[in-house]
Amino acid sequence: MSAPLPRHRSETAFEDFKLPLLRGDAIAEATRCLFCHDAPCVQACPTEIDIPQFIRKIASDNVRSSAKTIFEANILGMSCARVCPVEVLCVGACVYNQSDQPPIAIGKLQRYATDRAYEEGWKFFDAGESTGKSVALLGAGPASLAAAHELRRFGHACTIFEKRGTIGGLNTTGVAPYKMKSDRALSEVEWILSIGGIDVKTGVTVGEQVSLAELEREYDAIFIGIGLGADSALGIQGEDLDGVHGAVEWIESMKLKALDLTQINRAVIIGGGNTALDAARETIGLGIRSVTMLYRGQREVMSGYAHELHAAVAEGVSVEWQATATALHGDDRISQVACVRLDEHKRPISESEFVIAADLVLMAIGQSKLTSLFATLPGIEIAGGRIRVDAAGWTGRPRWFAGGDCTNGGKEVVNAAAEGKRAAQAIHASLQEGGHG
Amino acid sequence: MTDLSTNTAGIHSPNPFWLASAPPANSGLQVQRAFEAGWGGAVWKTLGVAIQNVSSRFGGHTVHGVRGAGFSNIELITDRPLDVNLKEIAQTKRLFPRNPIIVSLMCESEQEWRDLINRSIDAGADGLELNFGCPHGMCERGMGSAVGQEPKLNERITSWAVRHSTVPVLVKLTPNVSDIVPHGLAAKRGGAHGVSLINTIKSIIAVDIDRFVPEPRVGALSTNGGYCGAAVKPIALHMVAALAREKSFGLPISGIGGVANWRDAVEFILLGASTVQVCTEVMLRGFGVVEDMVEGLQEYMRTHNFHSITEMVGKAVPAFSEWGDLDLNYETVAKIDASKCIGCQLCVAACHDGAHQCIHPVEGSRVPTIDEAECVGCNLCQIVCPAEGCIQMVKVDNGYASTSWNEHTQEGALIRPKKGVH
Repeated sequence: MSAPLPRHRSETAFEDFKLPLLRGDAIAEATRCLFCHDAPCVQACPTEIDIPQFIRKIASDNVRSSAKTIFEANILGMSCARVCPVEVLCVGACVYNQSDQPPIAIGKLQRYATDRAYEEGWKFFDAGESTGKSVALLGAGPASLAAAHELRRFGHACTIFEKRGTIGGLNTTGVAPYKMKSDRALSEVEWILSIGGIDVKTGVTVGEQVSLAELEREYDAIFIGIGLGADSALGIQGEDLDGVHGAVEWIESMKLKALDLTQINRAVIIGGGNTALDAARETIGLGIRSVTMLYRGQREVMSGYAHELHAAVAEGVSVEWQATATALHGDDRISQVACVRLDEHKRPISESEFVIAADLVLMAIGQSKLTSLFATLPGIEIAGGRIRVDAAGWTGRPRWFAGGDCTNGGKEVVNAAAEGKRAAQAIHASLQEGGHG
Repeated sequence: MTDLSTNTAGIHSPNPFWLASAPPANSGLQVQRAFEAGWGGAVWKTLGVAIQNVSSRFGGHTVHGVRGAGFSNIELITDRPLDVNLKEIAQTKRLFPRNPIIVSLMCESEQEWRDLINRSIDAGADGLELNFGCPHGMCERGMGSAVGQEPKLNERITSWAVRHSTVPVLVKLTPNVSDIVPHGLAAKRGGAHGVSLINTIKSIIAVDIDRFVPEPRVGALSTNGGYCGAAVKPIALHMVAALAREKSFGLPISGIGGVANWRDAVEFILLGASTVQVCTEVMLRGFGVVEDMVEGLQEYMRTHNFHSITEMVGKAVPAFSEWGDLDLNYETVAKIDASKCIGCQLCVAACHDGAHQCIHPVEGSRVPTIDEAECVGCNLCQIVCPAEGCIQMVKVDNGYASTSWNEHTQEGALIRPKKGVH
């Protein structure tokens, strides 16, 4: 169903950054949890996993129930345990941060319980009795997978349309390999699809192989979970040279294929978000000797997480703050990045030009939006490239719902999982009541 | 300089920490290593009639990940030949003349008692401890707790022992009785020079929930064992204190039951013990635990300006009172120090679900608020609070004079209105 992965891929060079907990460690750590009332960690989790409860069940060695608590709230609990920025979510909210003890390793405990469920083949959920209703889901990333699983529990038939050959969205193609590799992401997809009744059609682009009108005709409801589009370009000279890539595109090829990096010694990453930080950590981790990030602003305003920057710097990445590229030079292949320093208003400072030698340049300045297609549908509103939805994920057009990066502009897997599930509940309500549709 | 030396019923010890009569005091080599590690004295594992042990013999009670918070055994008295034990007692005494060896004994007829006592004293015993406490295996044969539970038997056998002994005699009491006092008094009537308590508590430590057999498992069966370890300390403290405050008792006490560190020892001493005996903590961690016990006790004595153990013995006994004498007008309420609160709200859950519903969350803050008009001052919030010093129980000046239930019922003294009754 999903295109098979080669055994050797560039990403397989990476070890897990956070090692799994052994049983004894897990029980000891779980026992430390205070079991807070109205716990701040739960409030910090977009999927509102009952964290104190799942941890208490680990402490009593009731791991199966612990895993069920997690998956009940978030069917992508296994991947979220690995890829969530817990430092700014649950772990960051742990009350131990206010004390002289370290916060509970919630992500590692969640990984302990969910990995165990995968190892043991525990399944907790059955599809509901068929309702005769069917839902189309556009995109096979975390939002659609979470939505489809929830819809199946209600008994609605699901069809996912995915333009790529690979299922799982950025979980498969974009997650930093020291957090999770693509084969693990695909095992999650398989685990979710095992509920049955989710038909995934890969290589199908909506608007080309299937039209919006057809979707409206064939399905009782439609969920848009298409994520973001291609990497944005800076619009400077030389972006078409060999060795210049969009970061998301390059990360995908690094995760799904074995790249030949033997001739690559110097990489420049342009951007200051989490994709830029991932690309920087990945290039240096793959043995590229010199990796430099170029960011227009100061450290304080960068959108990338501080803990990721800290790790990147510790691994040897250097950062040029308040600088940007003005042109990329080289004969067929990139050899130099022409740069200029910027003032606090991000305006070039005269005579501050400098040059960085590079044989790989990755553009991590954002991704284009794929939502223009839906602007043609009355009732669907696009703002800043994002599809606007209400709190339940409804677009405003009867029977059309949306969630994930295409509505939030690009957040975490756990946000997509939460939004997908929430939309599924709204879809179910609408199919029952006849509301919204 | 603090003086840790003790005198329990005429048995002198360089410090109050003794090995209890148990597996750690089973052989000369063990006791010698214990003395080298710093133990003050040792009560040798009970000598007596011939026995045969089973496997397995021990069970542990794990609480929130802490293994051995409680402990149990179904081991009997020594299974080593009497001659070997006596030879090793003599050898150990020669090597460590300053450290008392108290020999624990258990047998049946007066003749047997006399013989064992004489041979123990010949070997160098500084004292004897009569094992009237063992609650498993021996009691079924009319010994151990079977004696300790019958004041008349206790008194009679104690009197035999005292008659035949030239060294102090301690009677080791069983906690498997409803009230310890008559049993302590029986030992006194028998002429005992002191008592040691508590022996282990009759128990089933756990059940193997896959095999459907209690633990410790001996093949397909199990039996009741003797419960001990940190978890039994509150029971032991009460029994020690009950004897210590009994005016007609007055014998020296060696305290036993859950002593795992110097702090536990201080508690036993303040409630009337002049020495403490330790088994479980040594079984779990080895003889080295005594170092902190000794040094911690020294530090405690230094900071509280005690110069000798004698000054400490029984210091908390006068404050161990009857419920009817407690001051009903003494009122406290909980106060939260917001600067120390970590926002876990365990106090909210505890107060709402387990107490009097007077601690409430506050919109926009993780620091709860206490409705002092409803707070009964029960302490539960302070007990669950993980932030040291965050919740304090503060005395309320309510204007009512100190009045006990006895004074209220007998003399009509005025008591304050009830709180938290809703």
